[in-house]
Amino acid sequence: MTQPHAATDERIAQRSRLRTMLMRPELGAMAGAILVFIYFAVVAGSTGMFAPDGIMNWGVVSAQFAIIAVGACLLMIAGEFDLSVGSMIGFAGIVIAVLSVHLGWPMWASIIAAFIVAMLIGAANGYLVIKTGLPSFIVTLASLYILRGLTIYISITTTRQTIIGGVREAAAGDWLAPLFGGKVLGFVFYWLADMGLIDTFKAGNRAGQPVVDGIPMLMVWALALIIFAHVLLTKTRFGNWIFAAGGDAQAARYVGVPVNRVKILMFIFSAFCATVFATAQVMEFGSAAADRGLLKEFEAIIAVVIGGALLTGGYGSVIGAALGALIFGVVQQGLFFAGVESSLFRVFLGVILLLAVVLNTYIRRLITGER
Amino acid sequence: MNTFIKGLSAVALTLGLAAAATAPALAEGERFVLVSHAPDSDSWWNTIKNAINLAGEQMGVTVEYRNPPTGDLADMARIIEQAAASSPDGIISTIADFDALKGPLSDAVARGIPVITINSGTIAQSKEIGALLHVGQPEYDAGFGAGEKAKAAGVTSFVCVNHYITNPASVERCQGFADALGIELGSQMIDSGMDPSEVQSKVSAYLSANPDTNGILTLGPNSAHPTIAALDQTGKAGTIFFATFDLSSEISTAIKAGTINFAIDQQPFLQGYLPVVILTNLARYGVVPGNSINSGPGFITKDNIDLVEKFAGEYR
Repeated sequence: MTQPHAATDERIAQRSRLRTMLMRPELGAMAGAILVFIYFAVVAGSTGMFAPDGIMNWGVVSAQFAIIAVGACLLMIAGEFDLSVGSMIGFAGIVIAVLSVHLGWPMWASIIAAFIVAMLIGAANGYLVIKTGLPSFIVTLASLYILRGLTIYISITTTRQTIIGGVREAAAGDWLAPLFGGKVLGFVFYWLADMGLIDTFKAGNRAGQPVVDGIPMLMVWALALIIFAHVLLTKTRFGNWIFAAGGDAQAARYVGVPVNRVKILMFIFSAFCATVFATAQVMEFGSAAADRGLLKEFEAIIAVVIGGALLTGGYGSVIGAALGALIFGVVQQGLFFAGVESSLFRVFLGVILLLAVVLNTYIRRLITGER
Repeated sequence: MNTFIKGLSAVALTLGLAAAATAPALAEGERFVLVSHAPDSDSWWNTIKNAINLAGEQMGVTVEYRNPPTGDLADMARIIEQAAASSPDGIISTIADFDALKGPLSDAVARGIPVITINSGTIAQSKEIGALLHVGQPEYDAGFGAGEKAKAAGVTSFVCVNHYITNPASVERCQGFADALGIELGSQMIDSGMDPSEVQSKVSAYLSANPDTNGILTLGPNSAHPTIAALDQTGKAGTIFFATFDLSSEISTAIKAGTINFAIDQQPFLQGYLPVVILTNLARYGVVPGNSINSGPGFITKDNIDLVEKFAGEYR
């Protein structure tokens, strides 16, 4: 802190370079992430958590959180909630499985159809919120139930089962499926295994292959979405509109921001992210289930809040949300590595997440000077 | 900045305390992980938790219990991957969804970790994964066996109260029951959900909408308890043939009272206890049984309820 001269205007006061560097919404999440890593390095350092397959384990879980957190982040900055994300994940997965396995559509058409249907539902969510003037909390809570019910109904009536398998076989040779379920950079891991840096499988049909044999497309999607959303939010006019719509919608309308269009587009983007999550999951596991994605909407919101966004809208950052997803993933899987008693697992998860948010809020107040 | 440093050190201290509390109790001997598909709200798995603790004490090994909080099987697959990454001496897992769990489980086998499958899934699936053996109850057969008894009792139309419809095993139970009765399974299977009051009102509604229903099958305590309450409330207790899967103290009381004709017991104690014993002996002496083990079905009626009752909810 430099000492401003008496009677100068605080808006043109000099700020030290350090302070300017610290004035970022994601600072708290960065501090939280560093603390969490230190914590698990101490508690679970020797358990294989930081071996290649351990890293892959919490990395994939974090990437899953990140994909839906990015959508939830932009929507929350625009001042709205989407509680139907979890149901959307189950719904999109079942749509893909029913169309491809049950009706015999080609996989690429099933995936594209699922995206179109999901994004239309997202648009309907947004349209209802705008038209009725109800809180998005209520509208999307309704879609949470409607979608979950429809998902179970569709899977039961078409296949008499709530888990539809055989997706992997249906996706064989498809051009679009590997974009969600494939792995990239496999050769790097084979090379690392040859160098003896990665363990290999000892038995069975995969003997000699490295235990980690590529970066799953799930992670690539997570990174791509983070970069896209970050650039959109911080480098474009549309990003300013998102902030404005969530900060004060009425004021934004007065200065010509198309608030309704921004909000509906953000609902669509949230549905898009949920469908990316669902497609990657269905391709990886080869099955869709009607109960996939339960409570995922809250996990997304928690990740965004850990990342420093405000529940009231108008403030937040995509990088923060991504770090929040990382913290959440590391804590959740790390507690397993640490061998926490299963009945106390949720207690620790809750305590650590609360600590992360408290620390974050504290740091934010410190740097922005808000009261 | 002073407050900032204070706050940071306070957080660090709390984290340190949490670290001390979460540090695993290092027991003597081997470490096994049991991964179930049950959501946190499922009471039935308590028996298996008690069984693995008992076996762990008796054999001098550590057994960790893990489950996906919401019952999401994709989350369960991640937990299996996590368990394998922590290099335990053995993994015990259910096969709630073969497609989703096949990859992680066979990867664990390929890493040289012995795997035993329990509860959900079939012996054929267990073999395909490369597991040592399967300890469980063939679901369709158990449902069929119950259906045969129902047919002998003169059941002509039934309702199957399904509280975990998202698990294929649950549908197989209803299907087996329906096939033994020779009835097409359609709308008699109701998706009751897990919430007790909701299950009760759904069952009451079904019975008043279909008054000719003379048989009920419930798939576990979560659907049986509210169904007992619904029958008591409507005064139909004892007038309708009523079979249930699994056991609890309320169910055994209802068997004695004559509300429930019999319970199909898959003896979950064995599903928890035996794998721990088998894996320990494999790790120590290299011996393993040559075949899968059927833990059930056993039928519990008024005649054999007494011993069962003594341990209901704990080991039975």
